Amino acid sequence: MTVRLRVNPIACQAHGLCAELLPEMISLDEWGYPLLDPQPVPAALMAHARRAVADCPTLALLLTED
Amino acid sequence: MMLIDAVERAGLTGHGGAGFPTARKMRAVAGRRRPVVVVNAAEGEPASRKDAILMRTRPHLVLDGAVLAADAVGAREVIVALHAGPSSVQTAVNERQAAGLDPVTIKVVQVPEEYVASEESALVRFLSGAPALPTFTPPRPYERGVNGRPTLVQNAETLAHLALIARHGDQWFRSVGTPTAPGSLLVTVAGAVQCPGVYELAFGVPLQAAFDAAGGLTEPVQAVLVGGYFGAWLPAETALRVQLTPADLTAAGAAIGAGVLLALPASACGLAESQRVASWLASQSAGQCGPCTLGLPAIAEDLAVLSRSGNTTNVRNRLERRLRLVEGRGACHHPDGTARFVASALATFAADLARHRRGNPCPPARFPVLPLPDDPGFR
Repeated sequence: MTVRLRVNPIACQAHGLCAELLPEMISLDEWGYPLLDPQPVPAALMAHARRAVADCPTLALLLTED
Repeated sequence: MMLIDAVERAGLTGHGGAGFPTARKMRAVAGRRRPVVVVNAAEGEPASRKDAILMRTRPHLVLDGAVLAADAVGAREVIVALHAGPSSVQTAVNERQAAGLDPVTIKVVQVPEEYVASEESALVRFLSGAPALPTFTPPRPYERGVNGRPTLVQNAETLAHLALIARHGDQWFRSVGTPTAPGSLLVTVAGAVQCPGVYELAFGVPLQAAFDAAGGLTEPVQAVLVGGYFGAWLPAETALRVQLTPADLTAAGAAIGAGVLLALPASACGLAESQRVASWLASQSAGQCGPCTLGLPAIAEDLAVLSRSGNTTNVRNRLERRLRLVEGRGACHHPDGTARFVASALATFAADLARHRRGNPCPPARFPVLPLPDDPGFR
């Protein structure tokens, strides 16, 4: 099972916490909105990814399984 | 199910822009609980007239298709969504009700004029009583659509083809077009042609045939806008020879989209025209997603700077970075379509960019060729 990051762009308000919590996979564009690594989340980063998802103030960051 | 099988054998795909296989969309809804069929005749594309003309001149053909599609997927309700002027369609619906032949109810709903309002998820949301704004997917309309019910959204022209397949069969449908792109399509031919208007063409004909159908070109043409404002510019020499099939257009860097074919005269400035449309597209962002809300105005402004004062490397690089940056980052495809349009303008009008940079901009003050809803006398 592969887990990837996804953002709900309508909910995202560019707080930028996700890029602080998971800089390995998330950077911010020139307007402060997240740019996500499209690769699967590696097991070593899963705990950090879950933390970033849980701490998003607008619950815009998601983990999807395919 | 027999009709869905015939539609599949016919190879019918959607004529609203995305070109998705119609039978697959029908199967996704068939058998679900209390589905709804939505006729999307709310043509948001300013350069396109095909659905408006079709609804005005052949409303019963489209309604036949909608009723047949509803019957095939088990829906008892059809909603016709269109922009201003539902009168001719309402008359047709009244005629059907008086005849009492349809096993479904048909309701006509007027949709706001905004460009994104006719996007599938925005339309479904509007028909559920909320503002006409795109939504985050999933769920897709076939899972949870109008008022939470599974919803089949089909473009008006697609349903007209479906009605003809039901009447004449899939072999008849395949008697024109090519094996991989069967049937015909409606195109809106505009720009430097004798008789701008809506024409029906077989898939697979050279694009030149569209301009011949419209009485021929009125002056030398430098480029053709294919698909509409979510589409792409092609240089005239490429465009006129390309065959009208999805595969050939993709290979050329375009797509048929909503069926717009607009010939840009050599005397017009493609950069100024594109910049005007890019600014309008930026203004049509629903304002929901940051990269679209902030990115599209930035892109339009970069293009304005380039078309005014020339191809400064910094601005050019920034614009190309921003075009990549907004792609795929909205809830709907508005940023993607806008980026594709602008990128094709940069490629097709590269010589103009260079000329503008050397201090030789195109002569100004020609009336714009690409129509926008804010123009005086639009439609």
